[in-house]
Amino acid sequence: MESEFLTTMALTFKLAAVTTLILLIIAIPLASFLVFSKIRFKSIIETIVSMPLVLPPSVLGFYLLLAFSPASAIGSFLTEHGIRLAFSFEGLVVGSVLFSLPFMVHPIQSALSQVPLSIIEASYTLGKSKIETMVKVILPTIRHGLISGIILAFAHTVGEFGVILMIGGNIPGETRVASIAIYDEVESLNYAMAHQYALTLFVVTFSILLLVYTLNKKSLGEIK
Amino acid sequence: MILVNVTKRLNTAEGAINAHFELSINDSEFLTLFGPSGVGKTTLMRMIAGLEKPDSGVIVVDGDVWFDSSQKINLPPQNRSIGFVFQDYALFPTMTVRENLLFAAETTDQRHNVDELIELVELTALSNRLPSTLSGGQKQRVALARALVRHPKILLLDEPLSALDPSMRQKLQDELSLIHSRLGVTTLLVSHDIAETVKLSDRLAVIELGRIKRICPPMEFFSPQTLSGKLQLIGEVLKIEEDFPAFIITLLVGSSVVRTVVSSTEASALCIGGRAIISSKAFNPILIPLS
Repeated sequence: MESEFLTTMALTFKLAAVTTLILLIIAIPLASFLVFSKIRFKSIIETIVSMPLVLPPSVLGFYLLLAFSPASAIGSFLTEHGIRLAFSFEGLVVGSVLFSLPFMVHPIQSALSQVPLSIIEASYTLGKSKIETMVKVILPTIRHGLISGIILAFAHTVGEFGVILMIGGNIPGETRVASIAIYDEVESLNYAMAHQYALTLFVVTFSILLLVYTLNKKSLGEIK
Repeated sequence: MILVNVTKRLNTAEGAINAHFELSINDSEFLTLFGPSGVGKTTLMRMIAGLEKPDSGVIVVDGDVWFDSSQKINLPPQNRSIGFVFQDYALFPTMTVRENLLFAAETTDQRHNVDELIELVELTALSNRLPSTLSGGQKQRVALARALVRHPKILLLDEPLSALDPSMRQKLQDELSLIHSRLGVTTLLVSHDIAETVKLSDRLAVIELGRIKRICPPMEFFSPQTLSGKLQLIGEVLKIEEDFPAFIITLLVGSSVVRTVVSSTEASALCIGGRAIISSKAFNPILIPLS
């Protein structure tokens, strides 16, 4: 029982860590695009990014399940290449990345929009390329946004339930994460175990959020 | 020698206009772009820096083509030898004073020069401070020093002193003048401050709505020789009061308020907020030193 608890918690945090890393890589260029680009259909992309905030997780999970099934075009393409996303850890990562996207993109986007254009231009006039400017000037300037994004995306993935239930099911060691385990333990009237999972998640998410607020206050004080 | 001949469509308060700027800047010259806001001074400077693209024309610096619309040449700002000082200083907030300058340095020589530049702008004691802990004048000095690190062919100053209080402004004007004479870097300044312009520039390019109206030494423009007055002051009309049969005009000259009597014909040519020259003949001015 105890080892199952540990396996499930490890899987939960592994999923959150992998998801957060992938999100960080996607979100920086995506947020830069949303802030700096002037093309017309930008608001459509902005809407798609924000959709998971209002969409019931089961809706997203349902469509992902349809997309992953070998009967669909995407699913059959993936199956041909030996990739199975439905009821697998990889599938959970894809679902979590989509579902936590706004939690990573929004803080980065709002931090980027506050970066004065003149410091970017100043870097260009000092001979620095766009990439060097991004890495050495912009990213350090928006670090509190990056930290908020990382922590929020991580915490949100840890707490995700609906999407995972739809596309992952409840396979121990593969797709069984803490939030699913709580549901499962309650169903089988095993309240002590459910409580163990629930309290762990409660403490972890509380500490994470507390960290965000402390860090944000600190780094804001530094800049001002 | 810097040659600029560019056109650009500008959106101004009076609608869109086709701006056309043509000027040449001599080596080591201090040239000021003078005029009211919204006439294209900053745009011209940004086009020279490569931060904005002219619609057509050429920009040639010491024989190197930076922009030529007919040959489709448009060097990015990274490849132009410029030092740009922004109105809002544009210091990198996460780097200390010294790191801001080191970031600009490309060669070992330039890196070694950083401390010398910090000393030149009197910031040695503050070199490990973050920009957020500096005053406006100190920030502007860092920005100036940073723009000089790469030994640019041209230093571009976009109203660098406009956000500072008058005494700090004067101090920085003196410093700017000193640095210019010491380093001899060709400098282009955007300004609408008369005192600053007269104090610093060798020549003045007067800009009016997308055109360079006149290029001349500053005194020739501000103190035209057509009047034979012994004493001439330029002021801004604050108030026009009728006191039959004459008018009393209140003007702001520098920081003092001056009242003078004029005839009704003279008064009709004046308007509140406009500029006027007070010229006085046939008397010997008395100068009393102020302690």
